[in-house]
Amino acid sequence: MPDDDKVTATAADKATETTVAPDTSDHDLLSMDVGQEGETLLEIDHVTLRFGGVVALNDVDFSIKRGEILGLIGPNGAGKTTCFNVMTGVYTPTSGEVRFNGKAISGSKPHKINQLGIARTFQNIRLFPEMSALENVMVGCDARHKTSVLGALFRAYRIRPEEHQLPENPLRRSFAKVFGISRHTLEERGGRERSMELLKFVGIADRAHELSRNLPYGYQRRLEIARALATEPQLLCLDEPAAGFNPAEKEDLMDLIRRIRDLGHTVLVIEHDMKLVLGVTDRIVVLEFGQKIAEGTPEEVARNPKVIAAYLGEPDDAA
Amino acid sequence: MTIITQHTNRLRDRLDGVPTWARALGMLLVVAFAFYLPYLNILPFAYIRTDLSATGTDWASVLFLVVVYMIVAVGLNVVIGLAGLLDLGYVGFYALGAYSVALFGSTSSPVVEAIQSKFGLSEEWAVPFAICVPIAIAMALIAGVILGAPTLRLRGDYLAIVTMGFGEIIRICARNLDNVTNGAAGITNVPVPPGPEIDGRPFFNVSEPERWYWLALVVLIIIIWLARRLENSRVGRAWLAIREDEDAAAIMGVAAFKYKLWAFAIGASLGGMAGLLFGSKQQYVEPNGFMLNLSFLFVAMVVIGGSGNILGVLIGAFLLTYLPERFREFQEWRPFAFGVALVAVMILRPQGLVPSRRRAREFADRKVEAEEAAADA
Amino acid sequence: MDFDALINGLDRHTLDGITRGSIYALVALGYTMVYGVMKLINFAHSEVFMVGTWATLGTYTVIGATAGQGLGMIIGATLLALLAAMLASAGTALAVERIAYRPLRKKGAPPLIFLITGIGCSMVLVETFGQVLRVFFGPPFGRVLVNVPAVLPTKTVFTIPGLDLAITNTRLIIIFGAIAMMVALDFFVNKSRLGRGVRAVAQDPDTASLMGVNQDRVIMLVFVLGGAMAGVAALLFTIQYDSTKFDIGFIIGVKAFTAAVLGGIGNLRGALIGGLVLGVVEVYASTIWDSSWADVTAFVVLVLVLMFRPTGLLGESLGKARA
Repeated sequence: MPDDDKVTATAADKATETTVAPDTSDHDLLSMDVGQEGETLLEIDHVTLRFGGVVALNDVDFSIKRGEILGLIGPNGAGKTTCFNVMTGVYTPTSGEVRFNGKAISGSKPHKINQLGIARTFQNIRLFPEMSALENVMVGCDARHKTSVLGALFRAYRIRPEEHQLPENPLRRSFAKVFGISRHTLEERGGRERSMELLKFVGIADRAHELSRNLPYGYQRRLEIARALATEPQLLCLDEPAAGFNPAEKEDLMDLIRRIRDLGHTVLVIEHDMKLVLGVTDRIVVLEFGQKIAEGTPEEVARNPKVIAAYLGEPDDAA
Repeated sequence: MTIITQHTNRLRDRLDGVPTWARALGMLLVVAFAFYLPYLNILPFAYIRTDLSATGTDWASVLFLVVVYMIVAVGLNVVIGLAGLLDLGYVGFYALGAYSVALFGSTSSPVVEAIQSKFGLSEEWAVPFAICVPIAIAMALIAGVILGAPTLRLRGDYLAIVTMGFGEIIRICARNLDNVTNGAAGITNVPVPPGPEIDGRPFFNVSEPERWYWLALVVLIIIIWLARRLENSRVGRAWLAIREDEDAAAIMGVAAFKYKLWAFAIGASLGGMAGLLFGSKQQYVEPNGFMLNLSFLFVAMVVIGGSGNILGVLIGAFLLTYLPERFREFQEWRPFAFGVALVAVMILRPQGLVPSRRRAREFADRKVEAEEAAADA
Repeated sequence: MDFDALINGLDRHTLDGITRGSIYALVALGYTMVYGVMKLINFAHSEVFMVGTWATLGTYTVIGATAGQGLGMIIGATLLALLAAMLASAGTALAVERIAYRPLRKKGAPPLIFLITGIGCSMVLVETFGQVLRVFFGPPFGRVLVNVPAVLPTKTVFTIPGLDLAITNTRLIIIFGAIAMMVALDFFVNKSRLGRGVRAVAQDPDTASLMGVNQDRVIMLVFVLGGAMAGVAALLFTIQYDSTKFDIGFIIGVKAFTAAVLGGIGNLRGALIGGLVLGVVEVYASTIWDSSWADVTAFVVLVLVLMFRPTGLLGESLGKARA
């Protein structure tokens, strides 16, 4: 049943992709303030994670530099997603530390980690199914908004609007000039605009107002990326973003990942599709059985005999 | 039933097309009619009045109770309908609101008497009503936070039992703390809102219930206005996201616990507000007025009306308050009929009588899923 | 605050608490099993218990059993009442499932709706005994406390030397009856084929149904078993308190559910531990303060336990082999 859905969904994707030209407009609203390129953004410092007797991660140690696209690869069950969950605060490491911008984040609450600037997508899509695509992205935008419950209730925090923010209606216009516009309204409006911009950026703006559960599979994948981008992450983690994609869609995805980096985000990609990872990343870390077995540029990793063995399976596996 | 749903949806779509000014005018007419209701005397509409027979209840008093319960329903809807938290002890907040205004505002409350003797005040002295209002709301709100902080981290079903316990504890405390609450005897002389004296009597008095009704109606309208603001803001979105997938919401930066606690606190303070109005109009509070059954009635209002939708919960509150009063001659049979109605309505229309559009869709989807699962198995 | 009273009568109060807790534990089994399988608080379970007490009374009335009869009559009447209470309670539980829950299950309604129909059923059952049957048959039905004849006379079986603690036959029957039923149920769920089905559905309903477990039958079984346990509890309750009332179920139900959560809902052994702890805490609290504070203490203990052990004393799981 689900496979059928996937087939029809990807077919529908392709149909729209031929009509929707890739978005090349200048995304002023989306560009990020890039820090010093090349400095260390995230450090996984000798992290070990045990569940009872099972060692899920064993002394994993690598770092991500600002502005790069890092691939995290490994065969199934190698601990990629677990590693991810440690980074995003779902699990607390048994020993070792995860540092983001030099600050330890091990054990922080998931929403705090998001506030620090790490966002992620999910291997098995986890959108808010009964919300529209736009609303899904707006939830992400809200992560950076300052209005809280009282602000939304009483709207007492007024801001003197700039000329382009003034409403059309003359009555409202003069009201806004005298009393200002509440921060809530401005943020709500800004969030909506930015969300639309993000939907355009990932190429699904044509179905912004549909419930996310009714979107085709490829759209849902890209909506997840848009929602994560909406939280203005310094580091964006993509968990198997190409799962279920055909080669043409994978090409588009690679292009999208590069464009995300060009906006100023650092990107971490978990994938087991070697071709995609080799094609898009600057650097690759390879995990197997919860341990790091290789690290380097795509060329180096592709030549590494350990990696080849892990992927093709050693002939004398038992030994 | 699906036909009814289709019709209501079509009606809603048509309403969406109506220009803003026309909608505002329509709203204004509805509000004006609501204010006129106590005087409704045109046949055949007058048949909805509850005081047609000699045994009937005073119509304006019933209207007042309906509106108070509507405030309760709007408040509980924030907790159950928007944030998806099951609160079975809502009567506790309602009782706290009523008791706060009695404890601090009544000249015959032990608390006030203690303050009088401590500071040598006259026997006429009590905390003025205008100060009792924020006290009552604050008490309910603080109780909500104290109850919510440790329990909102628990799973939903545990929340149900813990809140239910809370509702009982408040009532037991009110009954047992004789030297604070007068115990089972209750407190009389609960203060009324200030107002100009007419014919030597306070503006809000027992024999003119329609004034109380209008007051409650004004409060209700303000509360609905504020509740809608919350619903259509990042707060409403956060609640919805938490309800759909709490973990994913947290990872997207939604402070799930904070928003759940806010929902709980807002619900609690609205419950306190409703209790305050109730206690003040009765001018008497006693522990037996706040039995746990009332909690179930409140939850039933929200769910039968259609949780998540303000219009729905208003209708739920109206039906469950009004119908028993209208058919008072069958008083002995009311609980039985109520039970049968709960089961019947929920089985025929689990999404509630007037669900929000989003909820209606959710239910349609769930039904299809359940059918598919059954077909697969 | 009267700690002396507690210390002086500690043995007696503990025994009281265990007696009371045994009844809670038996009723708690119904909540825990239904929750384990359906993730649902069966609100009408308290009334399933209440029906059992009326069935006991009905049996005594029909066969003319009263206090102070011969040994044959005592044993016969009690066993017959036990059977009647178990059947009536199990039947009621099954009816509730068929009328109030199954249609909702087929529609895939969310848990809140089940709760409301549960409350509705509960009210219908209460009012059936408080109003409907009174209108048709008159007393003993109605909104008053009804005496149940003390068919089983209370006698001291032995006295624990040194403690001066008299152990009566009724207490022994209640405590050991409750424990025996629980052991039997635990054995059934863990060892029998049907019990395996129950555990399978509790762990993963979808997979279980793919593996050929009939989910509807498992759910019916769970309601019948839980109902029968409530029936046993009903008989034991009448033995201890010699009375019943149309709304007796509510308070017992709340306590039993608290006990289930306290022990770890979905966990059969947890229900036993939770029931006993709750019973003892209540009796202690009513000795130290007075009986009106017992409920408050019980809930405070519950909240404290949940804060430090969010899944209850023994953890939750009907699914695990060591249920």
